[in-house]
Amino acid sequence: MTLNSKPFTPSPSAEDQWTMIIRPQRGWFDLNLGELWHYRDLIRLFVQRDFISIYKQTILGPLWYLIQPLLTTITFTIIFGRFAKLPTDGIPPFLFYMSGTVIWSYFAESLNKTSNTFINNAQLFGKVYFPRLAAPISILISSLIAFAIQFVLFLGFLAYFMLVGSEVHPNEWVLITPLLLLMMAGLGLGFGIIVSSLTTRYRDLRFLVSFGIQLWMYATPVIYPVSAIPEQYQPLINANPLAPIVEAFRYAYLGSGTVSLINLVYSFAFMLVILFIGLLLFNRIEATFMDTI
Amino acid sequence: MLTAIKVENLHKTYRLGQIGGQTLRQDVSRWWARLRNLPDPYLRIGDDDHGNREGAQIHALRGISFSVNQGQVMGIIGRNGAGKSTLLKILSRITAPTAGQIKVRGRVASLLEVGTGFHQELTGRENTYLNGAILGMDRKEIDRKFDEIVAFSEVEKFIDTPVKRYSSGMYVRLAFAVAAHLDPEILVVDEVLAVGDSEFQRKCIGKMSAVAKEGRTVLFVSHNMSAILRLTEDTLVLEKGRLVFLGSSSQAVDHYMSSGFAQVGERVWAQDEVPSSSAPFRPLALRICDAEGRISDTLRSTDPMIIEMQYRLDEQITGLRIGLYLQTSRGEVVFTTFDVDDTDQYAAFSGRPAGHYISRCILPADLLNGGRYFIGVNASAYRIKRYFQDDQALNFNVNITGAPGTQWPEERKGLIRPRLEWQIQQVSEPQKSLAWADHE
Repeated sequence: MTLNSKPFTPSPSAEDQWTMIIRPQRGWFDLNLGELWHYRDLIRLFVQRDFISIYKQTILGPLWYLIQPLLTTITFTIIFGRFAKLPTDGIPPFLFYMSGTVIWSYFAESLNKTSNTFINNAQLFGKVYFPRLAAPISILISSLIAFAIQFVLFLGFLAYFMLVGSEVHPNEWVLITPLLLLMMAGLGLGFGIIVSSLTTRYRDLRFLVSFGIQLWMYATPVIYPVSAIPEQYQPLINANPLAPIVEAFRYAYLGSGTVSLINLVYSFAFMLVILFIGLLLFNRIEATFMDTI
Repeated sequence: MLTAIKVENLHKTYRLGQIGGQTLRQDVSRWWARLRNLPDPYLRIGDDDHGNREGAQIHALRGISFSVNQGQVMGIIGRNGAGKSTLLKILSRITAPTAGQIKVRGRVASLLEVGTGFHQELTGRENTYLNGAILGMDRKEIDRKFDEIVAFSEVEKFIDTPVKRYSSGMYVRLAFAVAAHLDPEILVVDEVLAVGDSEFQRKCIGKMSAVAKEGRTVLFVSHNMSAILRLTEDTLVLEKGRLVFLGSSSQAVDHYMSSGFAQVGERVWAQDEVPSSSAPFRPLALRICDAEGRISDTLRSTDPMIIEMQYRLDEQITGLRIGLYLQTSRGEVVFTTFDVDDTDQYAAFSGRPAGHYISRCILPADLLNGGRYFIGVNASAYRIKRYFQDDQALNFNVNITGAPGTQWPEERKGLIRPRLEWQIQQVSEPQKSLAWADHE
């Protein structure tokens, strides 16, 4: 990656040395990550702003972080567990749905919010320059905080179910949780910035996103285990890069299902490719998107 | 001396077709049509085959080259639409140029607006840090300057109160204070000084000159010729995307004032500045003049003022109203008025046939307080269509020499400064009232 602009070094003295050159198009690979690092305080403050504004603008404040997954889990337990009687690999349905909901919603939140980066920040982006990636990255961190709160709730229920003697077996795979989160974050960011770059041109994509995420959840083993899918269709489910992550998360904490290294490596590679495409596209669009918005 | 900014043959073209919505479906069918060698399916008959891919173009900058030395304070002036804000946006990296390049030596900070990114729910302290970070300061830098910023803004007591409870004056003062404490090598400033009360404006101009004296490079865009003359040594004049003059500020201001295009106190709309959606309404000029009809940038509050809107109708418009609204530099609306507010007038001009018109509004003497005002104009038919709108078509100064109360050189609050009738009456003699009190 070339870094042809280093705006924060002291002025050089030679006549032909410039700190920055503003050109019509930036190179495809001119990502300028060093500059992003300089703005890390801004990312932190964006996260703080998002948290405070949620806290101050709603009556229940951060309680929403807990109510949301609880209600979703209860709904799933009633509809899919009681009425539809979907199998849960012998795991208590409540824990089964909660594990899926908690990990899935980290991805869904990240994707949904980052996909509106350009449109939601048009006012700000139109008045001042800072590395535009700071906005989606702060969203990933905000969503991670929400995830952490929900995760603690999940651990609480897990402990309760273990105490009453349910058949759940957390195991050494819990150690890969950070890796699973990293993959979720990478996929959410990658897809999110691809969509946000395209929405500067095609506004209708915005409406597709929340609907698409909903559908995508059903294509991911959130409300059913992979084992409930007929053998010949399982590769199809696992082609979805989210599936191995959700399945591995559930295996690690509940001990049900399987975890396949090959599938996880596939998801990881998929994430890298999507993230790469996303960053390239975002970088191209950010230079001139203010003219189109 | 080293060059701080070198602008080389800078061009910026906006494609009209790109602005506004597009759908994926249209692009896909257009691409499918091209693949089969068919004409663009969304092309209007009579248009050239460029569709939205080329579209009508606006050349905001047409090949500008200049350089600014380190420590130089350069002014930029030009009429609305001359390309000033486009140049600032490119320098601030908000948008990229279409051709040409700018080489920069040193860290650039730009102020196109004060209070960018302020969040209503956050306190003054939190917003100071957030806004500082948005403008490119890091935490240590803000920590170091925090007390100075707060002192400058004069909102010490409320620094831990959410800014949604601030008055507009406090809000602007805090926002400017953050911006004023940026420490870049190159500072790019749009007309953000047109905020706050006159006391605060003086403070801001003082801060700007201090920055300039420290040897920093400053680019300063303004409509305020006296601020340009006071703050800058050299000024460049832009006209329709071209650089037409570059030299000492006093010569540049003379050039600008004397060129027919840039008459201060008058706004002339060129064909390419009027959106096509305005048709059949075509604004020609808006001007402000004194009672003798002399166009002027500065008018005395003690004399009547005349605001004239000149326009052309290419077809008859029924129910047309020409509206003027006067705003202060802080954005408060002083009044809104329409040329057919009078019902008889409305009846007489209910359908205006095609032709050339002037709607003239006469403001009585002793109406406005001193300061800078903006005139917005719009042309609409009530509940049918808004043909044209320009919120800041023109700005002018009001001089209060001789206005009521000017024997005391203190600032007088209020948007208007009417000459009101006062009666003073003595209702009782002091001795009598004392005697009366003694009786009690």
